[in-house]
Amino acid sequence: MKRIIIIAALLLSGVIMFAQTGAPFIHDPSSIVECDGKYYTFGTGSGGLISEDGWSWHSGAVRPGGGAAPDAIKIGDRYLVIYGTTGGGMGGGHASKIMTMWNKTLDPESPDFGYSDPVLVLESLVDEDFNAIDPGVLMGPDGRLWLTAGTYFGHIRQVEIDPKTGFRVEGNEAIDVGRNMEASTMMYRDGWYYLLGTHGTCCDGVNATYNIVVGRSRNPQGPFIDNVGRSMIEGGGKSVITSERRLIGPGHFGRFVEEEGVEKMSFHWEADMDQSGRSVLGIRPLIWKDGWPEAGEALKEGTYEIKSVRSGYALELEVDFVRAQGAQGGMGRGAGNQQPVVSIEEQKLEDVIDTWPKGVIGARNGYYMGRPWQRWSIIPVPEAGGYLGGPYYKIVIAGTNRALAANEKAEVDTVPEFTGAPEQLWRIDQLTDGTYRIMPKSIPGHDEPYALVSLGDCSPTLAPFDFSSDNSKWEFKGFAPLK
Amino acid sequence: MRKRLLATAFAALMTVAAWAQIGSPYIHDPSTVVECDGKYYTFGTGSGGLISEDGWNWHGGAVRPGGGVAPDALKIGDRYLVVYSTGDVQGVRYGSHVYAMWNKTLDPESPDFKFTDPIDIAGSNGYEDCDGIDPGLMMGPDGRLWLVYGTYFGYLRVVELDPATARAIGEPVNVALSCEAGEMIYNDGWYYLLATHGTCCSGVNSTYEIIVGRSKSPTGPYCDNLGRDMIHGGGRLLLASEPRRIGAGHFGRFVVGKGIEKFSFHFEGDLDRSGRSVLAMRALLWKDGWPVAGKPFESGEYSIVSERRGFTLELAVNNVPMNTGARGMSRNADGPVVALDDQKLEDVIGTWPQGDINLRIGPELFRPHQAWVITELNDVPGFIGGAYCKITIAGTGRALAATASREVTTVPEFTGAPEQLWRIDQLTDGTFRIMPKAVPGTDEELALVAVADSTPSLGVFDPESDNSKWNLYKH
Amino acid sequence: MKILNRILLAALLVTAFAVTGSAQKKGKIDVGEALKGYFTPVTTPSASPDAKGFIRRWMILEPISKPNSTNRVFTDTYTRENLSVEYFPGQFTVIPKDGDKVKVTMEYQPPVNLTSNRPAQPQGEQPKFVKATLTWHALDSDHFFVKLFRFATGLDKDRYGVIFWTVTVINCEEDIPNVRLAVGSNKAARWWVNGEELLLLAGDRHMGVDSAVSDRITLKKGKNVLRGVTMNGPGMSEFCARFIDDHGNPVRNYTITCN
Repeated sequence: MKRIIIIAALLLSGVIMFAQTGAPFIHDPSSIVECDGKYYTFGTGSGGLISEDGWSWHSGAVRPGGGAAPDAIKIGDRYLVIYGTTGGGMGGGHASKIMTMWNKTLDPESPDFGYSDPVLVLESLVDEDFNAIDPGVLMGPDGRLWLTAGTYFGHIRQVEIDPKTGFRVEGNEAIDVGRNMEASTMMYRDGWYYLLGTHGTCCDGVNATYNIVVGRSRNPQGPFIDNVGRSMIEGGGKSVITSERRLIGPGHFGRFVEEEGVEKMSFHWEADMDQSGRSVLGIRPLIWKDGWPEAGEALKEGTYEIKSVRSGYALELEVDFVRAQGAQGGMGRGAGNQQPVVSIEEQKLEDVIDTWPKGVIGARNGYYMGRPWQRWSIIPVPEAGGYLGGPYYKIVIAGTNRALAANEKAEVDTVPEFTGAPEQLWRIDQLTDGTYRIMPKSIPGHDEPYALVSLGDCSPTLAPFDFSSDNSKWEFKGFAPLK
Repeated sequence: MRKRLLATAFAALMTVAAWAQIGSPYIHDPSTVVECDGKYYTFGTGSGGLISEDGWNWHGGAVRPGGGVAPDALKIGDRYLVVYSTGDVQGVRYGSHVYAMWNKTLDPESPDFKFTDPIDIAGSNGYEDCDGIDPGLMMGPDGRLWLVYGTYFGYLRVVELDPATARAIGEPVNVALSCEAGEMIYNDGWYYLLATHGTCCSGVNSTYEIIVGRSKSPTGPYCDNLGRDMIHGGGRLLLASEPRRIGAGHFGRFVVGKGIEKFSFHFEGDLDRSGRSVLAMRALLWKDGWPVAGKPFESGEYSIVSERRGFTLELAVNNVPMNTGARGMSRNADGPVVALDDQKLEDVIGTWPQGDINLRIGPELFRPHQAWVITELNDVPGFIGGAYCKITIAGTGRALAATASREVTTVPEFTGAPEQLWRIDQLTDGTFRIMPKAVPGTDEELALVAVADSTPSLGVFDPESDNSKWNLYKH
Repeated sequence: MKILNRILLAALLVTAFAVTGSAQKKGKIDVGEALKGYFTPVTTPSASPDAKGFIRRWMILEPISKPNSTNRVFTDTYTRENLSVEYFPGQFTVIPKDGDKVKVTMEYQPPVNLTSNRPAQPQGEQPKFVKATLTWHALDSDHFFVKLFRFATGLDKDRYGVIFWTVTVINCEEDIPNVRLAVGSNKAARWWVNGEELLLLAGDRHMGVDSAVSDRITLKKGKNVLRGVTMNGPGMSEFCARFIDDHGNPVRNYTITCN
């Protein structure tokens, strides 16, 4: 019984780090939009969440009109906010309206803050095979603005919006592109249009089966086909994300492109079991695999090999290679080797740490051998804040406080004690190809947003991030639970 | 403290030992694993090599005359070509030779077993920037046969061989600098040169690692992920060391079938086996045109998720709701925020039937009827590169089983019957194929498939279809 | 696979010694002929880095014998300590001229020939020391790399268990900031620019382009002295060196001279 409690406690402390911090309580969040350095998302009901850093969220965003499940997009220097006026048949029929309105800013404190009058772009009658809520919008690569809406009650319907006015394009005929899902939205990448939606049951807390699906098409108007060849209008859909261990029911996808190779997806978890089972904002890396979007993983606290994608070499301290003691193998097939086969202990920190200098020790990349100078504990630092979708981490040699740090020469080394200084805090983003970018929060005396880069096979440094180069990419190979 | 350490060490041993080949897989510089009449063979440095009846349990017994080092083997037509090398011939340092010989079988018990006289097919004279040992063979897609050889002393070289005689045709070409254990493979329009960097023969301190470059031509240039030519010292890492298994070298590819590939190699030092050099096999994955090493399979608790729809394999029982009280979807943070308990097996098991329970595929909620424990079984024969597993609902003996009607179900207790043993292979795209050892009443090879979003069944494995593919997510 | 070779070797060593004399060349060596295919004696006043920025013009000192029967010993500490030993005056500062000679005291190892592959200092015995006169050679490499092994072989010097000192001069028309020295090295090495140590390369490593790169430095207007020392046990000693920028692109706007 006691053991169960300990495990639960471990889970708790681990898992909480993967959710947004602060009070990220929201349902049906809009796509996240950045405005003057802050992040905004609107939810069902009025209002929404604001975050200064993209990690700690609090209430305070302002959206009039009530209703359900808004979406938001920046077009030129204005923000278009879209919402549905009712809540999906809960109040009776399925008559509803999709409204759009503009604002010059999303910051309610700004003197420019003021919504234009909402205009009607799409509606559903009391009893047709369509329910005009849950809007999602996409600005295509050709500047055309597409809006989809709908729920389980019939079809997902698509219309074209005039990006200058926010009105429906004159003469535009609505078409049906999907069926029986919620929270539809579209995205575009590399010649493909994607239609996303949410299947399953919402609004049932930890019992909600919400999950996000996708189909794709070369044409913005579909048909959107899934991985087994089914159209979304036939009820198809390839999985993007489903429930996780203690985070249940992902729904209401939104894409946030930070820069080439760095993308995030926002959504809500219907229930966070570590936060009373409440509905919370979720943000995950958005990964692309064979032309399909997938949810990436939040880097979990643990002990890792930090592997350069350039060479496959592992980040390590610049210290002597200490040979492991004990049996030295034997390469034959055993005819003459009658000794019993035994387990050899791994080299331990205490076997080598006395050979290390006490002060600053350089960092380099070397052949990975699972040795103490190659084992890094990566641990979120809650008080250090975060960035879109993640906390800052400290990166220390396992079993010590020796911390990876940026220095004033814009190089990396390790300092004997982690002090919480910003050059010892690391931002870790999973990239769209599944590898990772590692960036210091700041570099003493430098303003450049440099990342950890292997310019040589053996030589990590801080230099401009380049998504097209394996020099800029890293992988984390977990091999042992953090003790 | 001591007790705890011991327990940890023991646990580590138990888990880890299962990831390697079992039996006595002690070998150095293994040749590519070759199948002959249902058995598997690999030859090593010195004479002889290993045999396995199932591809998992290995023992000495293969026969290769000629001594020398680092052989390779390839089946061509109905014959086996074995190449090996000797160094320092007649006292000339790096004066080395590669020899080729043929056999109709690799089974030393067979009356047909007889190697032809070895012929000298390549080498180095001791004065040139090459050391002609460590041969590797490849049959290209066009039926042309290639040999790569060499070590750290200068260049790896590629030369074409006559597939009828194994004699060299034309002149060798330098393709890589300072590597050992060269091996070529072909995949989807690209030729790949695998080799090792680092130090061999130093047990658990060996830094051997397998690297790769690729080219549109068998004679190179072979470039790595940065565009560096291997002749300039380039090479993309495939596999270095794993926890407790150090120094991967001597790559060999083994294609099981379309979409299922393995590679064989040695670890220089296995910490769970006295630091000895051992044969290992891993899944060979392909990602963006590069070979990638699959992870060793690990027993544990998993979700078994269909690639078709992202839903998880579960017992077809009532989904018992969790009573968690008020939830709240608003942004107003009234009341303390607390952690909720997971649903537990004892909360729901009383609602399950006692006998066989059928299966379905449903949205993942991490509930007890979705939690599977997959356990490798080393007391039954395995398959090429792996052990059969039992797959049971966590906390119970309820086991996944194939039925005579070519469906899947669960039986209340695992009995060890072949229809309850499962072969799990990682596919070249990183997903998994899950196959019963036997399906009652048929000899057909069937795999676990999702015939519908919600419906698991048994069907013919199709590497082109997501229906045939599963993901295993560790809890 | 080397271990068997090593065993074979032990058996062959006796034979090896026996043929030593005949393999050794006598008399004056034509350097150009001896190093053909790998190096050309310098004949022009200055050179440029090649298309990829590799520096091919070097002053190279004939190898100092430092027997090592294995490369496992090349830890950081060993590399630093053994490449700090002063073998000749001005070792860390000299800008030599072609033909300059230095006198060194170095560990004895059996004379070189093609059938003895590596130093054979028996373990446990005190090393024997010998005096030697070594010559600096001004050479242009025929390749992007500098094949020290063939330099030693061609000049009939020790090939294994050796230390090679190399120097060149980088001439810049103006300061070039934020450049990095990028070296690939077989095997352990130390590298300096203008007396500042930029790289320590330890371990049993192979030569790869840009295997290790230094912190950012400024190549100053005028002369900059680039100095490297490479140490090897058994293996084919060689290195390649160039300067690169923050994006990994070669820096080439300078000339190279021997002094």
